[in-house]
Amino acid sequence: MKSNIASLLLVGGLTAALNVSAFEPSKPSCIAPAKPGGGFDITCRILSTGFANAGITDIPMAVTFMPGGVGAVAYNYINSSAPDDPNKLVAFSSGSLLNLAQGKFGKDLDENDARWVGTAGVDYGAIMVRADAPWNTLSELVDDIKKDPSAFVLGAGGGVGSQDWMKAAILMKSTGVDPKKMRYVAYEGGGEASAALLGGHIKVYPGDVGEIKGLVESGKVKILAIMSPERLKGDFANYPTAIEQGYDAEWTILRGYYLGPKVSDEAYNYWTAQFQKAYKSPAFEKVIVDQNLVPFNMSGEALDGYIKERVAFMRGLAQEAGLTN
Amino acid sequence: MDILHYLSIGFSVALTPLNLGLVLAGCFIGTLIGSLPGIGPINGVAILLPLAYSVGLPPESALILLAGVYYGAEYGGRISSILLNVPGDAGAIMTTLDGYPMAKRGEAGRALALSAVSSFFGSIGALLLMVIFAPLLSKLAIQFGPSEYVWLMIFAFTCLATMVGKRPIKTVVGVVIGLLFATVGIDSGTGILRFTMDIPNLFDGVDFLVVVIGMFAISEVLVLLESWARNDLKLTPVGKSFVSFADLMAVKWVVLRSTLSGFLIGVLPGTGASIASAVAYGTEKRFAEGHDDKFGEGDIRGLAAPEAANNAAAAGSMLPMLTLGIPGSGTTAILLGALLMFNVTPGPLLFEQQPNIAWGLIASMFVGNIALLVLNLPMIGVFVRLLSIKQSYLVPVIVMLTFVGIYSIHGDSFDLFFMIVLGIFAFILRKLGFSLAPVILGLVLGEVLEENLRRALSISGGDWSILLNGTMTYVLAFATAAALFAPKLLKILKK
Repeated sequence: MKSNIASLLLVGGLTAALNVSAFEPSKPSCIAPAKPGGGFDITCRILSTGFANAGITDIPMAVTFMPGGVGAVAYNYINSSAPDDPNKLVAFSSGSLLNLAQGKFGKDLDENDARWVGTAGVDYGAIMVRADAPWNTLSELVDDIKKDPSAFVLGAGGGVGSQDWMKAAILMKSTGVDPKKMRYVAYEGGGEASAALLGGHIKVYPGDVGEIKGLVESGKVKILAIMSPERLKGDFANYPTAIEQGYDAEWTILRGYYLGPKVSDEAYNYWTAQFQKAYKSPAFEKVIVDQNLVPFNMSGEALDGYIKERVAFMRGLAQEAGLTN
Repeated sequence: MDILHYLSIGFSVALTPLNLGLVLAGCFIGTLIGSLPGIGPINGVAILLPLAYSVGLPPESALILLAGVYYGAEYGGRISSILLNVPGDAGAIMTTLDGYPMAKRGEAGRALALSAVSSFFGSIGALLLMVIFAPLLSKLAIQFGPSEYVWLMIFAFTCLATMVGKRPIKTVVGVVIGLLFATVGIDSGTGILRFTMDIPNLFDGVDFLVVVIGMFAISEVLVLLESWARNDLKLTPVGKSFVSFADLMAVKWVVLRSTLSGFLIGVLPGTGASIASAVAYGTEKRFAEGHDDKFGEGDIRGLAAPEAANNAAAAGSMLPMLTLGIPGSGTTAILLGALLMFNVTPGPLLFEQQPNIAWGLIASMFVGNIALLVLNLPMIGVFVRLLSIKQSYLVPVIVMLTFVGIYSIHGDSFDLFFMIVLGIFAFILRKLGFSLAPVILGLVLGEVLEENLRRALSISGGDWSILLNGTMTYVLAFATAAALFAPKLLKILKK
């Protein structure tokens, strides 16, 4: 009898053990929470092409679009309609996290309502002025700003409270100027903002490194500082960071993916393992670099912890800047 | 001579069998996509982009294909506008105003042919302007700051104030309703949510396409249902009309002016085909005022103007994308993404370093537009047949298409409900004698106006004098005053 029960248990245990490794995605898809063509679209394409090129899944991954509120619509959709669907990965960015931190994803939802699973890569802020502007270093610019902060027009591709605004606010804060005094002009996307810089309507444009390669190559703008923790490699290796120049202005734009909050551990671990496999593949890395992002490998619980820490940090920033109470 | 040399390089690229085939395919797909309500060029380009990439097309060929879809859609958008009173895409809203009344009179063939020819001249004219003035215009486009946009929008509003209907008050009320819609969503100047009622789908504002399709398509279906219930459904007379040489002569200046204004508005980042066609229509209506003005009742000038303008704008919006890497519209933003995917960096150097891409694209647009005209004219007979379909079959098909189209934008059923609510609202408005186009224009123009006014004022620190500052603002302010007072002054002078 006893051995029977034992073998039953054993069989049961084995099946359970098999189940752990037995999660197989069926019709996996990546939800890009924006219209086609933007950063979220790229994030999802990195996942679908990257995984395919690296030979990680033989099932093609579809990309679907669910625009609205820098990811708010998709976040609400996942939480209300598919919290346990293991086949739906949703793209997010630091912009989504920032809105999450300000409670702009809905009153009842916060960073604990998703399982953060993997990353696509990071991009960094870059402080740009027109090529014929009088400033050649960040400190020259800052000296001028300090003289009369309210006469200085900064502009970028997002509204007040967006991450484009945040880059400007962080720059101001690092110079000791109250971000509330900053004169900020909100444009619709980086394209309009760079046009405004070239046209001389704004003086400083904190953009993203990944978007500005063409602009910089055209010789019409100059980069005064990159908002990365350390110097970048490759094309942008010659530009100093803000930190190097003595200003604590760092802004990392993280791009990655989350699963619904009630997705099983098996599925979560499965996807974590896939990301870890991908990070080892040169083919996956190439896809990331081709999209002008810098690889930033973090997955599973480590990422989950990191995200929660970032959101808490952003919540603090938003309060300081007077965005939330 | 330089231009001719580069153009010849361009044509040698565009006329290879592969690229020629792609241009034809792109134009054809574009026309189809444009004619389906709800699905516009942005969807078409987004769908084909990954396909072009995975097939491994060289960058210039992929761009030629995608651009073909883009301007092909501007041709296609007019078809359902004219035949069904449902704009196929955003640029074709104004086309319904005079196109549909013409179709109702049995002149669908004439309307389709005339609009095809206007579209053709709009595109070709814009291309010529682009070839000659590219470097100059891209410089001018970035000089255009918030104050200039504000005046452009005020000018557009002024032109439109007397736009449709005999009762200007109703037009104004319509515009105000549109302005109300424009205020929904995150306010970019302060980051505060306005009128979103905690519905995340409204955080980005009301989607323009949902409003257009809801108000036009759904209300049109309701109107059809109503006449079905009353048993007075009449089939629209099909007629065998076609465009005549006299028609073309009658609109030649209209087309020329609309091409010019449409192209310039297209070149500006942030304003596209919908604003271009509205401005062209409004301007032409102003010009025609007083003498035999039949705008809104099927005037061929009211049809030719928006069609020439929206195609010219589509071509114009390519210019800042190619020369500066700045997208002028949603669709060119995707095209820009496509270029970057192929590791081609647009910018002033593109024309010199990779002439096969920049000039190949321009040459292919010449080829594509000729192909579109050739493709569209013989097919008019087929399109017009659509009108001989019994409404009891046609209505469900329209409804299905709009639902699929709208669902495909956001993948969320909220938009479907919202669309139905808007449709019922629009139906009531129509019953009360309101025209719908002012509502839509209030939405489009209002958004651009508010954004730029706020930008201008935050640049100046709240000083309104920034609005009159620089030659271009004076010119636009003068044009606004002229549009406002010229007709009255002329009347007085004549006496």
